[in-house]
Amino acid sequence: MKITRFLKTILMTDFIGGLFIAIKEIFKTKKTINYPFEKGKISPRYRGEHALRRYPNGEERCIACKLCEAVCPAQAITIESAERSDGSRKTTRYDIDMMKCIYCGLCEESCPVDAIVQGPNFEFSTETREELYYTKEKLLDNGDRWENILAANIKSDNPYR
Amino acid sequence: MEYLNTIFHEVYKILLLLVPVLVSVAMIVWLDRRVWAFVQKRQGPNVVGPFGLLQSLADALKYIFKEIIIPASSNKVIFIIAPIITMTLALIAWAVIPFSESQVLANINVGILYIFAVSSLGVYGIIMGGWASNSKYPFLGAIRSAAQMVSYEVSIGIIIINVLLCVGSLNLNDIVTAQQNMWFIIPLFPMFVIFFISALAETNRPPFDLPEAEAELVAGYQTEYSGMMYAMFWLGEYANILLMCALGSILFLGGWLSPVDLYPLNLIPGAFWLIFKILLLFILFALVKAIVPRYRYDQLMRLGWKIFLPLSLIYVVITASYLFYFNLLPTI
Repeated sequence: MKITRFLKTILMTDFIGGLFIAIKEIFKTKKTINYPFEKGKISPRYRGEHALRRYPNGEERCIACKLCEAVCPAQAITIESAERSDGSRKTTRYDIDMMKCIYCGLCEESCPVDAIVQGPNFEFSTETREELYYTKEKLLDNGDRWENILAANIKSDNPYR
Repeated sequence: MEYLNTIFHEVYKILLLLVPVLVSVAMIVWLDRRVWAFVQKRQGPNVVGPFGLLQSLADALKYIFKEIIIPASSNKVIFIIAPIITMTLALIAWAVIPFSESQVLANINVGILYIFAVSSLGVYGIIMGGWASNSKYPFLGAIRSAAQMVSYEVSIGIIIINVLLCVGSLNLNDIVTAQQNMWFIIPLFPMFVIFFISALAETNRPPFDLPEAEAELVAGYQTEYSGMMYAMFWLGEYANILLMCALGSILFLGGWLSPVDLYPLNLIPGAFWLIFKILLLFILFALVKAIVPRYRYDQLMRLGWKIFLPLSLIYVVITASYLFYFNLLPTI
């Protein structure tokens, strides 16, 4: 027992074994990705930047029910609504303060018409705080830009809702 | 006019040596980080330039533009001199490294002694930096570093005696040519292993990087340094590592000799072989950094004084008696 331990120490078997493991690891595939150029896979449930969606005919989905405003635990959403000339209730103001938002996803869950959703975009840092106060125009614009991915995500996640 | 010519000629020769050494130091830092990353299955620096080769230059540029902070309570003159000493000493030792039979800046007869003296002085830069900072962590780091370097210098010195017994000369070129028939790594293999480990300790590389153990001492003797002064410590450290690799390849791996004295191989210039061997040794340094945990301070001292020193002393006796008994002692 003692002699084997002595021999192990003198011959540095553990060290040399470790060295060979290290050399073997060098030629294995890397676990990290080249971030700005390649990105990791994101779940369809990912809760990133918000977006307000539209119907295919261009009408905005939001019916100003204010459920999201009520459920928002950080009280980041501000909604004001009015009756439109065709008699439908629509929002005149839909603001999300992204500085307050905790990205819990409750707004998306509470929405009866899938209007407010959280998309896969997580790279929306800005240089000023004011830019992170998202207005209705900005949110609708986001919705238009990400619509394909958002619709696909909602569809693929639908069976589990 | 004549002496001006001589001066220019000498300066030209020095620059021809120093500029490649400094560039290779920058490259070697990149290689070190890259090997380290690869062992851990990371990518390592790969953005600046092809394969990230220019990473070190980008880092150096950053250091140049950073502010140099000199602590108010420090001894300012010594504080500024310390990194200069470290870097200068790491670089001047390269003067005697032979890249081939004739390609050597100063072919002096006590080359190995010169290198040994200069690398022993290296500890002054560190201890001055640690003391002049007038701060706890640098001071503790400097004390550790001094103790560590002094301990391992002893065993390195005795290992070098082993080689000198076989050569009979202190000239580095003679040491290389003495290995024409057989590299010293074959008869002196245990000494090579001890030399390698002592070189790790000598250059404060893991697992012996106690002087800059982040967990206990922040950054050791470099804690108070910033900007270009920090970069100079860093350059000096890596120049020292390269020097130790060069010394290892000259003492044990046949320096600028080709591995086998055959037709196509011995046409390749000696500098290539030396650089090749230095690189091999350095990759081993980098691999060791990736796989070993840090030693405890008392373990470090025990290894140096109780194991390496007696072992190398015994090996000196063995080598000397073998050479004496078989009448192989080199004639001077």
